[in-house]
Amino acid sequence: MVFHFCITRHELLLFEALREGLEEEMDRDPRVCVMGEDVGHYGGSYKVTKGLAKKYGDLRVLDTPIAENSFTGMAVGAAMTGLRPIVEGMNMGFLLLAFNQISNNCGMLHYTSGGQFKIPIVIRGPGGVGRQLGAEHSQRLESYFQSIPGIQMVACSTPYNAKGLMKAAIRSENPVILFEHVLLYNLKERIPDEEYVLSLEEAEMVRPGEHVTILTYSRMRYHVMQAAKTLVNKGYDPEVIDIRSLKPFDLYTIGNSVKKTHRVLIVEECMRTGGIGASLTAAINENFHDYLDAPVVCLSSQDVPTPYAGTLEEWTVVQPAQIVTAVEQLCR
Amino acid sequence: MAVWFTRSGNVARHLKRNMGFLGKLNHSFLGFHQRNSSLVSPIDESYRNAVVVLNNAMALFSVRCSESTLAEAQRDSRYDEHENQILDFPGGQVTFTSEMRFISESPEKRTKCYQVLDDNGRPILGTSFQPLSKEFAVRMYSNMVTLQTMDTIFYEAQRQGRISFYVTSNGEEAINIASAAALTFDDVVLPQYREPGVLLWRGFTLQEFANQCFGNKGDNGKGRQMPIHYGSKKLNYFTVSSTIATQLPQAVGAAYSLKMDSKDACVITYFGDGGTSEGDFHAALNFAAVMGAPVIFICRNNGWAISTPTSEQFRSDGIVVRGQAYGVRSIRVDGNDALAVYTAVQTAREMAISEHRPILIEALTYRVGHHSTSDDSTKYRPVDEIEHWRMARDPVTRFRKWVEWNGWWSDEDESELRSSARKQILHAIQVAEKVEKPPLSDLFTDVYDHLPSNLLEQERLLRETIKRHPQDYPPEVPM
Repeated sequence: MVFHFCITRHELLLFEALREGLEEEMDRDPRVCVMGEDVGHYGGSYKVTKGLAKKYGDLRVLDTPIAENSFTGMAVGAAMTGLRPIVEGMNMGFLLLAFNQISNNCGMLHYTSGGQFKIPIVIRGPGGVGRQLGAEHSQRLESYFQSIPGIQMVACSTPYNAKGLMKAAIRSENPVILFEHVLLYNLKERIPDEEYVLSLEEAEMVRPGEHVTILTYSRMRYHVMQAAKTLVNKGYDPEVIDIRSLKPFDLYTIGNSVKKTHRVLIVEECMRTGGIGASLTAAINENFHDYLDAPVVCLSSQDVPTPYAGTLEEWTVVQPAQIVTAVEQLCR
Repeated sequence: MAVWFTRSGNVARHLKRNMGFLGKLNHSFLGFHQRNSSLVSPIDESYRNAVVVLNNAMALFSVRCSESTLAEAQRDSRYDEHENQILDFPGGQVTFTSEMRFISESPEKRTKCYQVLDDNGRPILGTSFQPLSKEFAVRMYSNMVTLQTMDTIFYEAQRQGRISFYVTSNGEEAINIASAAALTFDDVVLPQYREPGVLLWRGFTLQEFANQCFGNKGDNGKGRQMPIHYGSKKLNYFTVSSTIATQLPQAVGAAYSLKMDSKDACVITYFGDGGTSEGDFHAALNFAAVMGAPVIFICRNNGWAISTPTSEQFRSDGIVVRGQAYGVRSIRVDGNDALAVYTAVQTAREMAISEHRPILIEALTYRVGHHSTSDDSTKYRPVDEIEHWRMARDPVTRFRKWVEWNGWWSDEDESELRSSARKQILHAIQVAEKVEKPPLSDLFTDVYDHLPSNLLEQERLLRETIKRHPQDYPPEVPM
């Protein structure tokens, strides 16, 4: 926990926090640049880069033609030549087209070149299930990317951690994928005026508790907190941890929690098969088996493409009521 | 119907006599119709009929609108000097035509190929090229011979089981060395995998080549990649990645970086005829043109993508014609003519840096060797075709003739160079074979900048396992 002596704060929305972090880093280091579709004068599809093109020029905030694999490749080449590019995927799902560059080059070239070339790029964009955006715009790419050696993955969920993680990702020498969520961009919070950078590998303690460890990230954090309110009224004391670091997992924080509560519930937005939850379940079972009083429970989305119809869409993601039921069953 | 045609026919003839705007309009229709009666395309018949109908219809139309249109022509400045109407659309102004004409899928003549030396190494009369000093020419030639020798010996080493894999650049020595020679060491190179000559020119030693192929401790890639996946940050040569054409958008990114820093350097990237079918080729050229990135795209069109000949790879007139489609200046060059390649690349470099633009160079050549040691190309192409190119069209021999003709090279020099190169390469292989392999710790480092806890844990587990079952693990890997 960080104790702020100087606690002057200002209020902003999550997308503004991202922009603030980005702008501070661009001021600090002239090698930092942004590239993506419509990031320039349009300001990005969710306005994270608004105003930056005017301030830094067309070359540092570059509008690219529509070719995700190619502008990601461009970023890799620029990074190998000394720049620190930030690639924006208009929607994370589009980065599936960039899988070749991300997996075969971005994650690999530092290793295969014997450490000669580094790739300090940040790949970011909105993902997750939104409000009726259709299946192709509701992808959870963290599932697909988590296996790639050589990359790090983080997911932001509040304006405070969004800015801190953005700055940390830009300063990192490794390629980092920063997952933002389409529905969280307008969250409001008061964040410190003073500069701060968060750690990419640390999880965030949202609510300490004794009865059960609930591990979550991104939008599901809010469903969990909503369920937590109901649970507290029913007499439970859940410990909620926003894991933030999707690759690697912060097994230190998670482990300490498991050793205390002996029960784990994972709430994620990924699909049941092969998601972050699946990997986390395996990691916890492997490392903390002796401390568990019950099997790890993982609540995920179903293995279906996200439907367009609002009611159906709502039922593909985990709802607070399900979380409450799961905790009640776990704590029986 | 017949009456209408007759009437319009009369009108047409009447209009033809006038030389005002309308007369010119009509004249152009008839002229076109007559000019193109010799078209051989199968769509001709209906096309010709269409022209006739249009012709007559327009003639009729032009009669009715004569007065007002003529008046407009005098007032309006939206006509070019030939009085063809200009249309305004996003992307700029275009001249209107009422002739419905398709651009042919292939040009009447193929794009010409720039050549300096003929097959006997004599400069072709009237050709312009960059003159070379004796030292430079000899250096170029020596490198070509060394590359050729290195390829032969490493290929043999693979056949003997001493290395696992190799890719030769037989037949492409001129492209390799001459293009490298035209650049400075500040120019960034993004290779495909058939360009070790560029590294050789820049000073990568034979020992370093051997070390990489043997994956030993001396390899600056730390033994992590297959043979021929060389890379050297010091020599500005980006590590080879097996994926095809992924280096093309990366090259644009590197050029973007150079442009941001206003460096007096460009990027050069190589790819084959097959690589141009990848989506990354399209996007890279498009981006480079839009961004004005100083990058030279060199296509080694050697006729084969493993077993796929160019006739099955694309239907365009090679790669050079695609340049204009993206707004990229391009040239076709005889890739087996070292002087032509040298001159073209040097000129391209000047244009790329001073004008901030990409250049596309298509170097025509032939892949004399197999695709790699995992391929036997006699299975899909005739042996005498390969032999013809190996003997009669060898770029090394061709350049040698020119160097000799200048009085800069002799037979003694030749035999001395070849035996010396052979000896050095064999020695390098012998040394490389005995050098220790990289240690186990190198399996886990450089995945990230620092070793993360999970990889440390995995390394610990691996070491434990090896300690318990030493007989199941290769003994020569240092712990």
